[in-house]
Amino acid sequence: MTGGLPLADLGPLFVHFLTLSLLSIGGAMSTAPEMHRYLVAERGWLGDADFTTAIALAQAAPGPNVLFVPVLGFQIAGIVGAAAALIGILLPSTLLSLGVSRWGSKRRDTPFVRAFTAGLAPVTVGLMFSSAWVLALPFVREPDHRLGGGVLIVATAAVMLRTRIAPIWLIAIGGAAGAIGWV
Amino acid sequence: MPPESDLNATPPPLVATTTLTPKSPLELFIVFTLLAMQGFGGVLAVAQRELVDRRRWLTREEFVDAYSLAQLLPGPNVVNLSLMLGDRFFGWRGAMAAIGGMLLLPLVVVLVLAASYNGLSDYPAVAGALRGMGAVAAGLMLAMGLKMLGALRGNVMGPVLCALLGAASLALIAILRVPLAWVVVGLGAAGWSLAGWCIFRQGRER
Repeated sequence: MTGGLPLADLGPLFVHFLTLSLLSIGGAMSTAPEMHRYLVAERGWLGDADFTTAIALAQAAPGPNVLFVPVLGFQIAGIVGAAAALIGILLPSTLLSLGVSRWGSKRRDTPFVRAFTAGLAPVTVGLMFSSAWVLALPFVREPDHRLGGGVLIVATAAVMLRTRIAPIWLIAIGGAAGAIGWV
Repeated sequence: MPPESDLNATPPPLVATTTLTPKSPLELFIVFTLLAMQGFGGVLAVAQRELVDRRRWLTREEFVDAYSLAQLLPGPNVVNLSLMLGDRFFGWRGAMAAIGGMLLLPLVVVLVLAASYNGLSDYPAVAGALRGMGAVAAGLMLAMGLKMLGALRGNVMGPVLCALLGAASLALIAILRVPLAWVVVGLGAAGWSLAGWCIFRQGRER
């Protein structure tokens, strides 16, 4: 049930996601670079392509994009890994959000809270570009896929900025282009 | 997809002043499951349509307020939003029902996809399709970053400080691979202080 992962490694996996939970301001996707650093670069539990596949699957499927996190857990350690990853990434942030929203949605206009939002916004945007970079890595690193992948990345971004088309169509087009060997 | 009968129903007033409430946590669970299953590439727009326009469980203003706070807090925005709305109606039981609805069935779907992908990945067409979808995912994220740049326009710190903070976080995370915790705590504290100082100065000039 735990894939190839020794049981002793489930602890560090769970703790990793628990830690990231409180850092995931702007959504779980903003912690994707950190997950990549730990799971791929440091531990070697996954490859670049596995990582990008998990995110692609979660975006292709219905539901919140945070579901790429249990897919990563599943790839590393099966169903147990998926549960550890999902509970880890959600538990701390959920408890905090419940507490904070009860404590004071009325304090939003105080300088203290306004400074917090304003100060963190540019950092969050930087994190989004970092996530884009990490997702693009398999295409940057492999010369065979550099051209097709690059064209698709730029075209997707352009369409998203210029039109109001739903992302699911672009994902379908990307999948079709990849299936016939263009990417 | 909204059903066609929606077009024939009495349209709700543009700004709803009266709101209805769900009958039970079970109804919350079912409604959140339905809206999650419609959310390909983002659940937020579907949530707004179902909860505000169609079911009138909350007004547009309440929805915007809840989402602003959900964005500010750590955790997936849509999950935080579900949590707050569920909590408003039925306390922690409602919160659990809403989150469960948002996550449970989509989780099963995505894990089934992942499991069958492991068996299918030997076929070059499947691996290619996933590679193509991965490139689109990278493009979507790039577009999201570019769109968010616009949200910084009204930032109290001004364009130069924003650009410096954003570039610093990109460089530290993507290129130098510094652990996220250090970056968020370090740059977050810097941004918080800078913005606090700007707000203080702005207040004095008035």
